[in-house]
Amino acid sequence: MSEFAWFLTQASSLAPQVDALFWFMVALCGTVALGVICAIVYFSIRYRRGSPADRSGEPPSSLPVELTWTLIPGVLFTGVFIWSLFLFVRMRTPPADAQTIYIVAKQWMWKAQHAGGQREINTLHVPLGVPIRLTMTSQDVIHSFYVPAFRVKQDVLPGRYTQLWFKATKLGHYELFCAEYCGLDHSKMGGQIVVMRPSDYARWLEGHAGPGTLAAQGAALFRARGCSGCHGPNASVHAPDLDGLYGHPVQLAGGSQVIADERYIRDSIMLPDQHIVAGYQPLMPSFAGQLSEEDVLALIAYLKSTSESSHEHD
Amino acid sequence: MSTIDAALPMPAPQGSFWSRESSLRAWLTTRDHKRIAILYALGISFYFFLGGAAATLIRLNLVEPTGALLTAENYNKAFTFHGVVMVWFFLIPSIPTTLGNFLLPLMIGARDVAFPRLNLASWYLYMVGGLFTVAALLAGGVDTGWTFYTPFSTMFSNTNVYLVVVGVFVTGFSTILTGVNFIVTIHTLRMPRMTWFRLPLFVWCMYAVSLVMVLATPVLAMTLALIALERLAHLGIFDPALGGDPLLFQHLFWFYSHPAVYIMILPAMGVVSEIIPCFVRRRIFGYRFMVYSILAITVVGFMVWGHHMFVAGQSMYASLLFSILSFVVAVPSAIKVFNWTATLRKGDISFEAPMLYALGFIGLFMLGGLTGLMLAAPALDIPLTDTYFVVAHFHYVMVGGSVMAYLGGIHYWWPKITGKLYSEGWARAAAILMFFGFNLTFFPQYILGYEGMPRRYHAYLPHFQVLNVLSSAGASVLALAYILPVGYLLWSLRTGNKAGDNPWQARGLEWQTSSPPPQENFLTAPTVREAYAYDEAAP
Repeated sequence: MSEFAWFLTQASSLAPQVDALFWFMVALCGTVALGVICAIVYFSIRYRRGSPADRSGEPPSSLPVELTWTLIPGVLFTGVFIWSLFLFVRMRTPPADAQTIYIVAKQWMWKAQHAGGQREINTLHVPLGVPIRLTMTSQDVIHSFYVPAFRVKQDVLPGRYTQLWFKATKLGHYELFCAEYCGLDHSKMGGQIVVMRPSDYARWLEGHAGPGTLAAQGAALFRARGCSGCHGPNASVHAPDLDGLYGHPVQLAGGSQVIADERYIRDSIMLPDQHIVAGYQPLMPSFAGQLSEEDVLALIAYLKSTSESSHEHD
Repeated sequence: MSTIDAALPMPAPQGSFWSRESSLRAWLTTRDHKRIAILYALGISFYFFLGGAAATLIRLNLVEPTGALLTAENYNKAFTFHGVVMVWFFLIPSIPTTLGNFLLPLMIGARDVAFPRLNLASWYLYMVGGLFTVAALLAGGVDTGWTFYTPFSTMFSNTNVYLVVVGVFVTGFSTILTGVNFIVTIHTLRMPRMTWFRLPLFVWCMYAVSLVMVLATPVLAMTLALIALERLAHLGIFDPALGGDPLLFQHLFWFYSHPAVYIMILPAMGVVSEIIPCFVRRRIFGYRFMVYSILAITVVGFMVWGHHMFVAGQSMYASLLFSILSFVVAVPSAIKVFNWTATLRKGDISFEAPMLYALGFIGLFMLGGLTGLMLAAPALDIPLTDTYFVVAHFHYVMVGGSVMAYLGGIHYWWPKITGKLYSEGWARAAAILMFFGFNLTFFPQYILGYEGMPRRYHAYLPHFQVLNVLSSAGASVLALAYILPVGYLLWSLRTGNKAGDNPWQARGLEWQTSSPPPQENFLTAPTVREAYAYDEAAP
């Protein structure tokens, strides 16, 4: 993978689609540039000072000519925009059956958590041919998850979750870079994506099992950190019941409504004063600084799992 | 309206603006726009070579994959230094404050700018801000990159962020005041019969760029002030740990910094629009369309900033809107390239050094613009952004475009400003060397970006080395090409032949006075005609 090649490897389902647009644009722009340069060279030779060329009677401006070279680029650009639009929407919309892997970035490493509870650093094992959705956050500054061979890149921000998806189509090891400047060792914040056959991937998962699935780890945290004391079935405090909450609308004090997604849950844990559920007192303490981003992700995985038993939610 | 009185008794020529009161004190307290332009030129050249020194360190370091010269910390400080100095202390002020200051009043037949004292104050703000920043950058340095992205700049960097932010903040006021000065000058000091559609395109570009300066720069000032306050008082505006939003910073920053790109390129377009008709002996093709496209770029340029944020976490729909607007803003630039090219047709073309720079500008600006179109498509921006493809793209526009035009303008108006002729042979050699050195430096970076090398990397994977070495080799050619003009231009001051008042037989008003001009600019009122009347006899 570290060999120089004129054509970058295409290792995801998106890569050939991106390359088609890229090479089309190279051809289009190359043609325009070549045309203009040829015109400049031709005029420069033909109309050089002292040449015998005829220079008579040309208006210094022409409306039809101006409109022509306004409208032609306009139409071409619109076409390219529409092509890019459809591709971009596809790149930003994970398929419904994508498997989620969580990524936490920090200066200067990438940490991954698989749904089965497996954790790894600066390496990400993924199965071939299965759509993977990465839900990512940062512990400190902004980073950017970039895999050139997949043609995917997404900034990873502190305090919110961003997403990226891909479907690997080629076995092998691919470079992972941090693409957003993040301080001293930005250039060393890299790693590898290892694309494996699904059977090998299953074996790898088995060999690297952690203390239970991510949801199970979250359930343990839910008890250990005292969440269940207020939000559990036997709670003495008046706090919202969280069972099956994920993916459902929540009525907030003040009349607005939000969908309980990953970001809502994270904010409710770290910045509880931001969204107060209608009919409840703002009693919840902030867990900022007490729970790591990995812990929060495990809690989210747990809350999701309580939702999935009754509803099918993505 | 005009300060020129045709009945002015012709005084005995007292020599040029250079020769009156040549004490240092006289220069530092001057209110003559021409002397202020010279002061700016000295400052700008100083910062250009400082920024260039940082670029030299960067390119030397990248000869080896592991980083040949600098530690990661010093590398990060070097590219920050390079970016901050080149953007705020060279590119943004370059053409407006030197050529603009010198030529704008001359081109419209005015005695000076509208507010000469303010003009001098702008120079002092610029120098104070600049020296302050350079001192901060040298005394310990700053490692945030010129973009100051939060929360890195506010909560994580341990370097002199305050000082640099204050320096840029102060210099921003210099930009705003220059913009105000130019707008008022163009509105109120045009001589009789110099109507809007007789203005040279250079003046139109100065007008447009002044609008951008006045409208965009205050947002930069606010953003920098918020960075300082956030660092100082943990306000929680940008820091998510305090409930802030780092994307808000990016919106504010690019709301200024994208229009700032037009602050850098519009004046370059103006310079080229003066040079080409002169050496083609022909009116510029489609004058009115050129004006409309300048105005279109100015307006639409304010609505495209989100194309810097396609992968930043901005909503998909916002990205699509910014994408289509970015395609729209490319249309007027395309019109300008076509019009410059069409001007050549049926011309009587000669290839003196300014013309070589102008032709080089068209080619390099076009390549920078076309690759900008690729980046305007979010589907391509996703893999290409934050790689060397973007570095190559904006250097084609900023260096291939703006710097080539700036140097073209310096050569074109050198006889006007100094009254001397430089060595044409050396000047042509430097222009050609610059063109090839530039392409050798930056074309390989397009390929590096396509291959996936991220920007701002102190060390890189070994398979990127060949292209990096090519780029560094090109940079050494480019460095030589930038040093050459310093030599032969300064030499011309000592030994150059007298230029005469109008060595290019150009038609602009600035050529109707003596070269160099007297302090009063015009001793007799110049004759106003259509712009670029190369098809009419000289007045």
